[in-house]
Amino acid sequence: MMLRRRQLAAMGAGLGAAALAAPAFAQAAWQPQRPVQFIVPAGTGGGADQMARVIQGIVSKHNLMNRPLMVVNKAGGAGAEGFLEARNSRGNPHVLIISLSNLFTTPMSTGIPFTWRDLTPIRMMALDEFVLWVNAESPWQNVAQFVEAAKAGRLRMGGTGSRQEDQIITVALQRATGATFTYVPFRGGGEVSTQLVGRHIDSTVNNPIEAVTHWRAGTLRPLCVFDSRRLPGEGRITETMGWQDIPTCKESGLDVEYLMLRGIFGAPGITPAQTAFWVNLLERVAETPEWRELMAQGAFNTTSLTGAPFSEWLGREEERHRTLMQEAGFLAAGG
Amino acid sequence: MEEIQLLGHGFAVALQWENVLLMVAGIVLGVLIGVLPGLGGANGIAILLPLTFTLPPVSAIILLSCIYWGALFGGAITSILFNIPGEPWSVATTFDGYPMAQQGKAGEALTAAFTSSFVGAFVAVVMITFLAPLVAQFALQFGPPEFFAVMFLSFACFIGLARGSPLKALAAMMFGFLLAGVGMDGVTGQLRMTFGSMELMRGIDFLVVVIGLFGLSEIFQSIEEGLRFKGARARITLGTVLRTWAELPRHWALFIRSSLIGCWMGITPAGATPASFMSYGVARRMAKDKDSFGRGRMEGVVAPETAAHAAGTSALLPMLSLGVPGSPTAAVLLGGLIMWGLQPGPMLFVEQKDFVWGLIASMYLGNIVGLIIVLAAVPWFAAILRVPFSIIAAIILMVCAIGAYTVNSAEFDVVLMLIFGVIGYVMKKLDYPLAPLVLALVLGDRTEESFRQSLLLSEGSLAVFFSNWLVGGIMTLGLVMLFYPTLSKLWAPRMQPA
Amino acid sequence: MSITTQDSVLIPSAEAAAERGPSQRGMEIATAVVLMAAGGIGMMDSLRIGAGWGTDGPQSGYFPFWLGAILALASLGNLVVALRDHRRGARGPRFATWGQLALVAQVFVPTAIYVAVIPLAGIYVSSAVLVAYFMRRFGEFRMVTSMLSGAAAALVSFVIFEIWFLVALPKGPLETALGY
Repeated sequence: MMLRRRQLAAMGAGLGAAALAAPAFAQAAWQPQRPVQFIVPAGTGGGADQMARVIQGIVSKHNLMNRPLMVVNKAGGAGAEGFLEARNSRGNPHVLIISLSNLFTTPMSTGIPFTWRDLTPIRMMALDEFVLWVNAESPWQNVAQFVEAAKAGRLRMGGTGSRQEDQIITVALQRATGATFTYVPFRGGGEVSTQLVGRHIDSTVNNPIEAVTHWRAGTLRPLCVFDSRRLPGEGRITETMGWQDIPTCKESGLDVEYLMLRGIFGAPGITPAQTAFWVNLLERVAETPEWRELMAQGAFNTTSLTGAPFSEWLGREEERHRTLMQEAGFLAAGG
Repeated sequence: MEEIQLLGHGFAVALQWENVLLMVAGIVLGVLIGVLPGLGGANGIAILLPLTFTLPPVSAIILLSCIYWGALFGGAITSILFNIPGEPWSVATTFDGYPMAQQGKAGEALTAAFTSSFVGAFVAVVMITFLAPLVAQFALQFGPPEFFAVMFLSFACFIGLARGSPLKALAAMMFGFLLAGVGMDGVTGQLRMTFGSMELMRGIDFLVVVIGLFGLSEIFQSIEEGLRFKGARARITLGTVLRTWAELPRHWALFIRSSLIGCWMGITPAGATPASFMSYGVARRMAKDKDSFGRGRMEGVVAPETAAHAAGTSALLPMLSLGVPGSPTAAVLLGGLIMWGLQPGPMLFVEQKDFVWGLIASMYLGNIVGLIIVLAAVPWFAAILRVPFSIIAAIILMVCAIGAYTVNSAEFDVVLMLIFGVIGYVMKKLDYPLAPLVLALVLGDRTEESFRQSLLLSEGSLAVFFSNWLVGGIMTLGLVMLFYPTLSKLWAPRMQPA
Repeated sequence: MSITTQDSVLIPSAEAAAERGPSQRGMEIATAVVLMAAGGIGMMDSLRIGAGWGTDGPQSGYFPFWLGAILALASLGNLVVALRDHRRGARGPRFATWGQLALVAQVFVPTAIYVAVIPLAGIYVSSAVLVAYFMRRFGEFRMVTSMLSGAAAALVSFVIFEIWFLVALPKGPLETALGY
């Protein structure tokens, strides 16, 4: 109990998350009584699935919990199925769900009625970065040249899925530059970056982890990162550059910012003691070397939030997605 | 040669005793996973991935890749014994494998399937060993138009194979395409043919349909003849294995052709399922006695199994060297690499020699170990046929239900499986061919997707399908295959001097 | 749901019960009509989302529309063939005899009940009952043997899926009471 309180306090102080209200401490410690369903609202092999399975592996390797985590993929309807399942498990503390940007985009593009407010936000684990990539043999050395080329003639932008994060960034790019891109959807990030290496498309907005190996092999070139600050990570990735050498898009004169949520939610209506247990567990997950390794590898933005600041952040992001989706005409009729 | 040296080093890594133990454990687990429909290679590996956290990366990948080999081997078992494909790529194996089992040749069919799997995998591993960088370069040539051309070729090889009414074959194929279209359109994100139903938004999964269409309907059909299975209860011993082996070298040309088709499809990366169909189609096209296919020809087992295993194995190459998974299972393995702190892609071969060559060595060893294990178990597998109907039927139904459920963790899929069981029963009795339906269902959405991606890239111009030698060549080959039946009919009168 | 309900008009009354059954042609006609309807439904839904050819290639509904159209046409062809044979009045083969269909129903009905019960009782309990029922009904095993085998089958799959592979399958009140 002491240990847990100290950890919670440390986290609260460290992150400025004053939201962990005192009553949570006062309640008797809650423990899961049965195996916990960990819902992934996406298919096997994707980024969210990988992260869920890393968490599952960490929890079992470090004995962080006395009951197993069972990962369940519910990808139907662009993840709506998974979210609805979590929503319908009201009051069940043995259900967790990991979210990606489809938490915002799916209800808007399909019209299926649910929002993040139907769930209990537990913890933002990290934010996934996006980088603008072009083929290394292309003439575009920086954002300005790229934008100029895009305005002169239609460029082909590859991305994962449709009406999701990659296409939303593309729409935001069009809005910021006035250029028009042909957006071509593919199935996965790996496929997208390979298509760029093979020069079947002109640019991508892959996550760092999806394209880093091609960057190191000298076949891709990063132009800018869609974040307000440069990527973390010391040292060089290629012979001349490291993550921190990629300029932000904003400092390159392209005012587009996009980060993707990697957060964990619980079923609605769970008690503060139960929420506190999960916050504490995920905090311990985030402290393990395996988790740090994953964060470093993927050059994740390791901001983490809990409680009220997390909810505020979610509210802001939801609005932003609604604006972007509306402009792109991606909203479902009547949605 | 540098490769030989590195491979030798790899063998030293793979032959450490704990790695050999993991290999055996992986194969056995994989066979189990492959046998249970639904709990396929991808799911099985995803499920076991977290367990590998405690192992060093080389051991972890050896365990997981051996599960993969085991699943590839295991998929054939239920296809042959019960007409239930354990994995999508073993659907084509049912066409001749199940009739063989019904004629009391289950042992021969299993032996042929396992041996062909081994040969296919072996050819693919040799290719990976010596041609990896070259092959990776080739894979980069494949954009959406090339991908569509490959899909077109798969269909072209298969069309015209069905016996009986061409109108029925056409209807079955179109029905399959329509089913594939249900759910979310991958290109625009629009919902198609879901009619507001949450359950249909998930799409209609190929495996669920196949379990019903092939597995359940077979149970319904076989009990018409009384409450028992048709499978003759021939005694099967290890002697059967040796007798079958004596027969297999005759099909050497088939082995080579199927391996090449498999390797090519694995690299592009189209995957093992289209490879198995294409290989079966080509084998039938090339055979003198076409009509005996589908009635228990050993070539009908050899061709799809060789190609599927060659494709399944070579699918790991683009995964390792480019970071593009050639199959769902490879996609999960890719996640594993990242979890262990390795970056798949061009730098892996340069920086992680121990890992890469340990893996390649384990591919050789794992397949040899796998072949020995599954062959030794042939009499045992075939003995399942002697279990009384009253026991085995209920267990098959249970396994089918679990399989259908695990695909998407959806109870609706179990209902769907039952519906397709009835559809399959009716279609079989009315001589609607099931193969075109299944082919369209499994390849339909990827074909459409690549077609539309191509047109997005070309801004609507169809000329993109003949825009370079590669895509043009494959398309032309496809067209030739498509019209081959007509052409050969024109030739035929002249060929018969009589 | 069951096939036995369809098309029984064409059975001449003189035949022995075991030889009776829905005619092959009746089933052909019914199937063709159902597939035509499926094609039609596909076409209708495709028109809703746009079945044209846009500037950047086909729209979402383009392929489903034309595939549905071909399906409907092919089925129309099948229907014409079946009707033509029908009009000639030739008494074709049976789709299946009632006796055969009764056998099929003996397996189909328990399976349908099994599928319906899974969401309520969970897959393990339902499977145990299914296995026990089949053994008792078709194998004439002793009651105790059947029940024990059913329980064993369910227990083995429970251990494999829930405990080894950590795959969650549908569970019912019994599993909940046991803490799963």
